[in-house]
Amino acid sequence: MASKETFGKTVGFVVAVCLVCAALVSVSAVQLKPLQIANKKLDKQTKILETAGLLETAGKDIDGTYKQFVEAKLIDLSTGQFIEGDAEGFDERRDARDPSKSVVPADDIAGLSRRANNAVVYIVRDGAGAVDTIILPIVGAGLWDLMFGYVGLESDLNTVKSLVYSDHKETPGLGAEILNPKWKALWPGKKLFDDQNNIAVTIVKGGAKEGDVHGVDGLSGATLTSQGVERTLHFWLGNEGYGPFITNYRAGGLN
Amino acid sequence: MSDASMKKVVANPIVDNNPIALQVLGICSALAVTSSMANALVMTIAVVIVTAFSNLFISIIRNHIPGSVRIIVQMAIIASLVIVVDQVLKAFSYQLSKELSVFVGLIITNCIVMGRAEAFAMKEKPVVSFFDGIGNGLGYGLILMLVAFFRELLGFGTLFGIEILPLVQNGGWYQANGLLVLPFSSFFIIGLIIWAIRQIKPDQVEKG
Repeated sequence: MASKETFGKTVGFVVAVCLVCAALVSVSAVQLKPLQIANKKLDKQTKILETAGLLETAGKDIDGTYKQFVEAKLIDLSTGQFIEGDAEGFDERRDARDPSKSVVPADDIAGLSRRANNAVVYIVRDGAGAVDTIILPIVGAGLWDLMFGYVGLESDLNTVKSLVYSDHKETPGLGAEILNPKWKALWPGKKLFDDQNNIAVTIVKGGAKEGDVHGVDGLSGATLTSQGVERTLHFWLGNEGYGPFITNYRAGGLN
Repeated sequence: MSDASMKKVVANPIVDNNPIALQVLGICSALAVTSSMANALVMTIAVVIVTAFSNLFISIIRNHIPGSVRIIVQMAIIASLVIVVDQVLKAFSYQLSKELSVFVGLIITNCIVMGRAEAFAMKEKPVVSFFDGIGNGLGYGLILMLVAFFRELLGFGTLFGIEILPLVQNGGWYQANGLLVLPFSSFFIIGLIIWAIRQIKPDQVEKG
């Protein structure tokens, strides 16, 4: 016992263990990095294809289908114009943490604290090259944490094709029902804006009236999550979100 | 070490000396990851691997670990293994890792891993320690899977994501039990399991 308790031996042993452990961790992290990045990309592509309604067409070939139909474009949110840049590598939350690349929204109804200056829009074209779906990534506070998702719009930028959440921390069985196919099926065909071009989409607690093109049933037992979804949409459709882009796009000033 | 006693080392912690049911260790993570069978299974595999290998490595160097820093050394080995498991999970099962990543990290603080390292691997030979780790991991996993079985079946009407009881909101007849969706419901189920085991094996009852 005494022999292994000398100061030098103890320090030496701890250093040796640390070196071995550090080597093990670094090797695994570096070796697995490419696979992890590929997984992340695949996950994102899958969600975008789901929003575009192309998941069945894609089958197993997610990457190929994505490349064939989807084009990611970076926009400047304040001007609503396309800008040059790495759209695929863009990360809204990473930019939002950087004060030089983000702003504090004047009316932060989505609970973002900061919003990145730029955003990515995904333009999905059909086989003939005509715009089929425009996908706008959205993020906003739910009950517990930020919820990340995509809203797919028809080329009028008003009619909803789908609303797909990709990441959230809502309560299982209640708020997490935003992923329930039955609830997602309520969205296609809903209009986000009314005839005067005001944001009109609402989530109606207790159920929307039949034939209401702007109202979607709230999730029972998840009032705050439903509210979060509504506020997220209102924020991102408004002037501090994709508003300028939507105006430009409708005016045909973008190509 | 004969085959028979090796078998005992693996089998013993599964029922007779179950780390959760008898030793009441590792309860915290048993609450968190048992909302679905798939999560529980992945967590089980992760814990089995970490416990087995941490036991193995610690046992190999047990005669060289200075007593004054042994806990830190054990911790460093366990933490490294957990990070490796987490990285592997991220690389090969991204969907699950998105849900489980936080809890996989918490295996580091799972008392079972530490407990077996300190109580078993520090004294026994590497191979038997390795199997002790597997046994304890499996014992933990068994309870995890049992709890997850009830929670997923009654809370979501599914098992491994496959619909068993059609839910009312999907047009079926089963009204999901919201209580079982929440983590603390595991307390009740673990309590009932401990009661059942001690009913069958009265010698496990602690003397008051």
